[in-house]
Amino acid sequence: MNTNFNPTIVGFFCNWCTYLAADLAGTSRMKYAPNVRVVRTMCSGRVDPQMVLWAFRNGADGVLIGGCHPGDCHYQEGNYKALRRTRLLRKMLPQFGIEPERLRLEWISASEGERLRDVVNEFTEQIRRLGPLRMEVAPKVAMAA
Amino acid sequence: MAKPKVAFYWCASCGGCEEAVVDLAEDVLKVVEAVDIVFWPVALDFKRSDVEAMADGEIDVAFINGAIRLSEQESMAKLLRRKSKLVIAYGACAFEGGIPGLANLTDREAILEFAYHLSPSTTNGTGVRPQTHFNAPEGELELPEFYEAVKTLDQVIDVDYYVPGCPPTPKITLQAIEAILSGKLPEKGAVLAGDRALCYECDLNSTKPEKLLVTELKRPHQVLIDREKCLLAQGILCLGPVTRGGCEAQCVKGGMACTGCFGPLERVRDYGGKALSAIASIVDSTDEKVIAKVFESVPDPAGTFYRYGVPASLLTRKRKAA
Repeated sequence: MNTNFNPTIVGFFCNWCTYLAADLAGTSRMKYAPNVRVVRTMCSGRVDPQMVLWAFRNGADGVLIGGCHPGDCHYQEGNYKALRRTRLLRKMLPQFGIEPERLRLEWISASEGERLRDVVNEFTEQIRRLGPLRMEVAPKVAMAA
Repeated sequence: MAKPKVAFYWCASCGGCEEAVVDLAEDVLKVVEAVDIVFWPVALDFKRSDVEAMADGEIDVAFINGAIRLSEQESMAKLLRRKSKLVIAYGACAFEGGIPGLANLTDREAILEFAYHLSPSTTNGTGVRPQTHFNAPEGELELPEFYEAVKTLDQVIDVDYYVPGCPPTPKITLQAIEAILSGKLPEKGAVLAGDRALCYECDLNSTKPEKLLVTELKRPHQVLIDREKCLLAQGILCLGPVTRGGCEAQCVKGGMACTGCFGPLERVRDYGGKALSAIASIVDSTDEKVIAKVFESVPDPAGTFYRYGVPASLLTRKRKAA
């Protein structure tokens, strides 16, 4: 295991819950792993599987999707869409040689700053143990077709 | 004025796209009258050296079908690119990788190992593998190199337009040829087919509910299809909603769910990702266990959602072994 490996993780955090939790972690001056690059979406249900695949193609070793707890979605059912899509994506990733653990979906509410810290720390270590993804697809692409 | 010069070539192809040209039936006479076919290995006796002897850009349009797997295919694609004003990626294989593209879910070594050693019907006592050079008594023989992965045509040459389909229908083939002959072509890089999802062309569209939700997904052999009702609404995995139209839903008319051969709609970068998203979204459950059970009917998500498009996908192929 290469202990010098610093994972690159892309985090798609929903505006109403997980992103606010990250804000809370920040304002509370919590210290935690800096490896997540946060992308704020209005809802976890906005996260298109294409975005996850794009992240893996362009250098992400792990992808974390954060949304509201079931039943609490700001848009009623968006998080359930995220749940179903993530499950099917995790079923497909091994066919491309990608460990399904590299994609993680967590329900983190706005008040759960500590939970956000713990999930990020834990996920970072998990990806560190899995090692770099190295999809090595050339050339790196922008999202637009 | 001289007739436009046209070339047809096949790379990693099943021959279906060549048949699609023949499938124009009487309309092929219109084509043959209007153009001068200068290269078509499957039908005419022109050789590679005939193409090499032409001036650059002498061919007005080359229709290249099939994906790129061999060095010879890449070499021919590059030759035709030099000698042609326009290159059309014809058919799903040239466009997105097609069925041969599924090979990217495995790797070169596994394929050669299976084909030449492990397959039940292989007898290969001396353990022979194809080589790129072989010294026979008569002279040196050459075979093309078998690449690590399958590529789409535009991953090896600059492509002007795409005609999708497995194979493209006679109608869109004729439309493409007429557009080229009349010079009424859209912006370079366009896909010469419809621009709305297949559902709009499907006879069963009126039976598609406003809010489409399914409690189970069925594979075609598990159910007697109701021919009067939207297939997806019956739980049969139809990719119509995420597939480009232009084929007039011929498969559905024939009692078969759409498998997505026309590829993605305009602003979609990765067809499989979008198809996966759509199918996952319509499952009518919020319970993890029920959802997992429903997804048991999709035992091969990559093969289902990327049937024609592995090489064109964002990941392009299975991750290389460390």
